[in-house]
Amino acid sequence: MTLKQGIKDGLAIGLGYLSVSFSFGILAVTSGLSWWQAVLVSFTNLTSAGQVAGVGIMASGGGLLEMAIATLVINLRYALMAISLSQKTDESMTTPARLFTGFFITDEIFGVASSGNQAVSRTYMTGLGILPVAGWTLGTLLGAVLGNILPSTVTNALSIAIYGMFIAIIIPAARKSKAILIVSIIAVCLSCIFYYVPFLNSHVSSGFAIIICSIVAALAGAIFMPVKEDETNG
Amino acid sequence: MDNLLFFPLLLVMALVTYLIRAVPFVLFRKKISNPRLKAFFDYIPYAVLSSMTFPAILYSTGSVLSAAAGLFVALFLSWRGKSLLVVALATSLTVLGVSLLMTVMQVA
Repeated sequence: MTLKQGIKDGLAIGLGYLSVSFSFGILAVTSGLSWWQAVLVSFTNLTSAGQVAGVGIMASGGGLLEMAIATLVINLRYALMAISLSQKTDESMTTPARLFTGFFITDEIFGVASSGNQAVSRTYMTGLGILPVAGWTLGTLLGAVLGNILPSTVTNALSIAIYGMFIAIIIPAARKSKAILIVSIIAVCLSCIFYYVPFLNSHVSSGFAIIICSIVAALAGAIFMPVKEDETNG
Repeated sequence: MDNLLFFPLLLVMALVTYLIRAVPFVLFRKKISNPRLKAFFDYIPYAVLSSMTFPAILYSTGSVLSAAAGLFVALFLSWRGKSLLVVALATSLTVLGVSLLMTVMQVA
């Protein structure tokens, strides 16, 4: 698989990232980051959920430990994707190549790379990552800069885009797997408790609330529903 | 945001994010076989996204009414299996439409 094929496959992801990161750029600036800080966060992290939580922690004056734990838990899924993708790579994936292309492992890039029939090569994975990184960084820049110029009606409308994308990831998976549906409902209920109960809202920061809700919901799922339904159903 | 606060947090965030991806990519080549551990890793992304989205989405637009309309459209289109891009854009457009409608009604 060639570099060119990778770039071609990365185009759709890059375009999607461009619009969603626009929403992140607005969010970051309204959270108190400057435009270049927002761009730097996107360029060095390339992750939606982790960045939204990370900027939330920055805005609330959170500590380094909170940042480290929140980032670890929220991005834990990448470890599993990395392990999974690792088994689909060819011999061109040397250790230095893995250290470089490992940066590109996101939900969408992993999805495209691992859904193909052929083994994933170093050049293909590099090509696949280029446009998503460009789109994610450029979209953040546009959102961060234009967010101040555009009328609030427009920026408010764009702010919800990133959550729309999250829902578009959750719902199809929850339709396929009852276990994922139940885990998601547990997470939503817990998250609402942390948000609406005054004591919890004022004593538990948003970063830790996400960590607690996610771990409890996923643990409950792992204990009571250890094998995914869509696997047993074929 | 003050750079003295920003850079240490950015460094921790970027480093942890990178290491989570790169270290398993380099070290692990075997599949996880423990069903509970595998399930935990399978569920974590959805648990994270769900707890980040709710109830935060309702307060993301400055008006719970327009946000609720956006949420409804997002749920509906996702249910119909539309792509991430389509759902994200339609959600935004719905909020834009509802906000404009609310502004017009306030004026009138």
